[in-house]
Amino acid sequence: MGKLFAENRSVPVFLMILAAITLAITVMSEGYGTGAISTSLVKTLGMTLCLCLIALAMDLVWGYCGILSLGHFAFFALGGYMIGMWLMYARTADTIAAAQAAQPIPPTAVELNDAIAVQIFGVVGGDSFPWMWAFSDSLFLQLALVVLAPGLLAFVFGWLAFRSRVTGVYLSILTQAMTLALSLYLFQNDTGLRGNNGLSGLQNLPGVEAPQALTSVWFLWASALALGLGYLLCAWVVSGKFGKVVRGIRDDEPRVRFLGYPVEGFKLFIFVLSAVIAGIAGALYYPQAGIINPDELAPIASIYLAVWVAIGGRGRLYGAVIGAAVVSLASTWFTGGRAPDIPLGGYTIQWVDWWTVLLGLGFVLVTLYAPKGLGGLIDLMSRRKDA
Amino acid sequence: MSTLLEVSGVSVTFDGYRAINNLSFAIGEPEMRAIIGPNGAGKTTFMDIVTGKTRPDEGQVIWGEKNESLLRKSEAQIVQAGIGRKFQRPTVFEEQTVYDNLQVALRKDRGPLAVLLDRPTKADRDRIEELAGEIGLSDHLDTIAGTISHGQKQWLEIGMLLAQEPRLLLVDEPAAGMTKEERDHTTDLLKEAAKTRAVVVVEHDMEFVRRLDCKVTVLHEGSVLAEGTLDHVTADQRVIDVYLGR
Ligand SMILES: Nc1ncnc2c1ncn2[C@@H]1O[C@H](COP(=O)(O)OP(=O)(O)OP(=O)(O)O)[C@@H](O)[C@H]1O
Ligand SMILES: [Mg+2]
Repeated sequence: MGKLFAENRSVPVFLMILAAITLAITVMSEGYGTGAISTSLVKTLGMTLCLCLIALAMDLVWGYCGILSLGHFAFFALGGYMIGMWLMYARTADTIAAAQAAQPIPPTAVELNDAIAVQIFGVVGGDSFPWMWAFSDSLFLQLALVVLAPGLLAFVFGWLAFRSRVTGVYLSILTQAMTLALSLYLFQNDTGLRGNNGLSGLQNLPGVEAPQALTSVWFLWASALALGLGYLLCAWVVSGKFGKVVRGIRDDEPRVRFLGYPVEGFKLFIFVLSAVIAGIAGALYYPQAGIINPDELAPIASIYLAVWVAIGGRGRLYGAVIGAAVVSLASTWFTGGRAPDIPLGGYTIQWVDWWTVLLGLGFVLVTLYAPKGLGGLIDLMSRRKDA
Repeated sequence: MSTLLEVSGVSVTFDGYRAINNLSFAIGEPEMRAIIGPNGAGKTTFMDIVTGKTRPDEGQVIWGEKNESLLRKSEAQIVQAGIGRKFQRPTVFEEQTVYDNLQVALRKDRGPLAVLLDRPTKADRDRIEELAGEIGLSDHLDTIAGTISHGQKQWLEIGMLLAQEPRLLLVDEPAAGMTKEERDHTTDLLKEAAKTRAVVVVEHDMEFVRRLDCKVTVLHEGSVLAEGTLDHVTADQRVIDVYLGR
């Protein structure tokens, strides 16, 4: 009971901190405040919130249900591609329509459509819309696909894997294979999503005149809102009896089965829910990043996600958020060229290269000396206060 | 008393070793039955077969009034049909509280959505407290189950079994690691349950079996060696040779 209470107590605290951070960034932004924080940093922070959201999703499957998915960036990127298709289509349609309106003879609908297709797919030698772009003119349908595409992939994958009782490291390898296969598929030029060019220009919202200084803050708000709602949802899911059953599956799967629970159904539910959250996080991330390409689904990205959650402390939602925020921001700093190089006589430590070593070292240290992660330290502190 | 479970002609081979050999067994409702036999006789494997953990190579396992075969059902479906099990090594959810363990075991809808929307009712809480009283863990409801003693874990698992309200209870070595007093209390719990249900108890401790005061089945090398009252089977020379005499 004490544990449950502690978990519920984290919800209001978390939401308040999130709101405070969002407000602070807003009043320091170029668009709505003093300008102390540059627009590109606002975007980085907004993207970090999205990474926190996918870390939550990861914690749900791994920390609570024991499914070590190493393919969650497949869902994240799918969400990004789905919203990216609409962004690219709608914006290209706007510019083409504007350009052709000046011509003496107005173009037919077919001509307009062909021109858009050439504009988008010219880089991969295409001149017509592939089947998967069928709904790309509808924001509503593409938003639905942000949820449906990752959800469906997770459902099919999970149904096959869980039903055959693939668990542990074998399941992790399968999830790696899933994201690798999807990424290789997308790398091909003729699969309909522009191969290794990916989708670009996603930061420009169709029909919106406002400058990036403003839209970056809007996306920050949207990301914060999604993270807050995601946190509430996850906390609700893991708090009641469902959370107890799911933790039981993590600790002793056969035992749960011998209590009469259809374990596969529970795992599938958690896996699909987690994939959907990851997809939503991706759909908010890539318009801030401006570009998405198949590199985003590289197996290593999903492994990093597991490292963030492990460092943050799995099995506690705030742990996942802290891990993702701390590690991804540190990673941006170290690899962004802002960290000062350390000259060592004959050799210079360049953080771009050495950051990975530092991260690996941090991971080992946390695993050895703080197996509950950074979040575990918060547990300790809040317990000491209670006592 | 009508037959609730009937196992007939069942055999299981592990890597060429016949752990269960043409075993036949039946139990009615209500009934208490003790199963004894030397280590490796196949007692636990018998329970594995009934609960769907191990699939037999041949034979039939028939359940209930409708004579359903259990062999095509999943573990979860078998539990939902009304068969509950206590494992030889006590297995409770060590990271969760005694209360949580009992709550998860309570007989309620097991589907993911029903569980997600489940909000504990007063009846649930009362039932959990009542069960905790029966298994002597009333003062430990908020204790993390990993920290209670071995004997208390045994009881918690018995409590989880009772919480499921099964028609057939399969209880594997419930008294291991218990004090004399705890054992006596355990027999009382099992005898109470056997008034309305079928209960199968595997136990090595003869004193415990005597207190159960029920029909005894002796297993040896995967089949039934003898069956009858405790006095009857313990007088059987073959039983003395393979089990008691050692
Ligand atoms: N999954 C398995 N794989 C291989 N052999 C097994 C398996 N399960 C049981 N056995 C073997 O089958 C035989 C019967 O084992 P079982 O556990 O049913 O005995 P038991 O009567 O419960 O013994 P004990 O009194 O020691 O609990 C043993 O020789 C055991 O080694
Ligand atoms: Mg045994």
